Amino acid sequence: MREILELLEQDSTLSHETLATMTGRSVAEVSAQVGAWEKAGVIRRYKAVVDWEKVDGADSAEVTAFIDVAVTPARGVGFDDVAERISRFAEVRSVYLVSGGHDLRCTVTGSNIRAVSDFVARKLSTIDRVQATATHFVLKTHKQDGDSFSDPEPDHRLPVTP
Amino acid sequence: MKALNTTIAGTPPSGIRRFFDIAAEMEDVISLGVGEPDFVTPWRIREAGIYALEHGFTTYTSNAGLAELRQLICADLHTRYRAEYAWETECLITTGVSEGLDLALRVLLNAGDEVIIPEPCYVAYEPCVGFAGGTAVPVPTRWEDGFAVDPAVVEAAITPRTKAILIGSPANPTGAVQPRAALEALVRLAEKHDLYLVSDEIYDRLTYDGTHTCLGAIPGARERTVVLGGFSKAQAMTGWRVGWICAPSAVAELCVRVHQYTMLCAPHVSQLAAVEALREADQDVEDMVADYDRRRRVFVKGLREIGLDCPEPGGAFYAFPSIRSSGLDSETFAERLLKAESVAVVPGNVFGPSGEGHIRCSYATALPLLEEALVRMDRFLRSL
Repeated sequence: MREILELLEQDSTLSHETLATMTGRSVAEVSAQVGAWEKAGVIRRYKAVVDWEKVDGADSAEVTAFIDVAVTPARGVGFDDVAERISRFAEVRSVYLVSGGHDLRCTVTGSNIRAVSDFVARKLSTIDRVQATATHFVLKTHKQDGDSFSDPEPDHRLPVTP
Repeated sequence: MKALNTTIAGTPPSGIRRFFDIAAEMEDVISLGVGEPDFVTPWRIREAGIYALEHGFTTYTSNAGLAELRQLICADLHTRYRAEYAWETECLITTGVSEGLDLALRVLLNAGDEVIIPEPCYVAYEPCVGFAGGTAVPVPTRWEDGFAVDPAVVEAAITPRTKAILIGSPANPTGAVQPRAALEALVRLAEKHDLYLVSDEIYDRLTYDGTHTCLGAIPGARERTVVLGGFSKAQAMTGWRVGWICAPSAVAELCVRVHQYTMLCAPHVSQLAAVEALREADQDVEDMVADYDRRRRVFVKGLREIGLDCPEPGGAFYAFPSIRSSGLDSETFAERLLKAESVAVVPGNVFGPSGEGHIRCSYATALPLLEEALVRMDRFLRSL
């Protein structure tokens, strides 16, 4: 059953019929299992991987920044309450507790550099117990969540071979 | 001018060539005619090759090949199939199974010796027997039996001149995996009539419904069996040209002797990449095999749905459906399908007379292309 989740993670448009054929199960079995996963929140939702540079052009695409945040932990909650507060902003795409020089690593998107900078200055760094931030703007995306953003390698095979 | 070598001049070019020429001139062809993976060699293996180039591993190796690679191959055969080969004396690295086959046949055969070859089979078997001075004796296998070898048919073909039986499993073009019982029966026949066995196991890792049987690991087979293997299919390394022979030392030693004069050694960079493939790329292989298996299920089901009878191929990456319901012979079917719908397949008759009435379709093709090919084939069948 784990195979079905891995396949959907690669291509969520696969039909239950195709999934059933691929894994040697009945369609009913696959549908019931996928339904159960959706209900239990194992499958949280389905979405597309979009290369926005191809849509908007490199100059007008949204900007993304990785922001490292140093936080003073608090008794009883550690970093969780601050992470939770940061997570609530729609501009924040991901929040991780990490080891190393800082405590949280966040991904923030905005329409331009100014918008992201303003967000960091006005919202993020003013949260209680946030001590410092370090902002790294993304200049180019090469690979994201396992998907390479460069052109696929051409097929060099001859059309018919023994 | 004096006549050129009559054996070679008398060997017709592969029937595949004609379809290559037609397909190469067309655009928008979906090719199911390719006998190699659509995956590019896994990056970790390519990276090992690049590293080898950067660090100047551009020399010859010993004739038999890198010790480390031979050790890894013999260890792998033992882990996987309990086959016992001593890497120092019973294993050599070749430039693909193609060279391995040529070496094995040249070492085993004297002029006029006969080699029994169950067909349909890979296109090189019969010509290579001829080039080595032998005579190929094709014996049929039947679609109704899942192309399993019938030991009685093989035994009926044995004459005092018979020297060896040559078999490929899993098979190109049928995708058939020989049942262990059939292989054991061949070993008994070989013992009874004092024959050698040549076993092409290039597709060993690509078995889907069971485990592969290494012929050299069947009791009684070892001292009379030459096992051929390589990295082209499972590790998607066709262009690197690297394979191996495992055989009893008397045979292996003579294979090295031919190899040292004709090839000298397999490419050094490719051997180092193969070391990486055996050391680190098992997960890559498993992922690719799982992907082939899923495509196999979707494609075979699709063939049946458009009305082509297709036995379940247990290995390799080929489906070999019957096209008899179309009323066409396989050559006409393949040519008309290519011209009408731009789908390239290989007619079954190029792999031997028992392949007539079938086409070879490689499912080493991306799933959306396989699905589009099925749509086109369906349209073609309805137009007949």
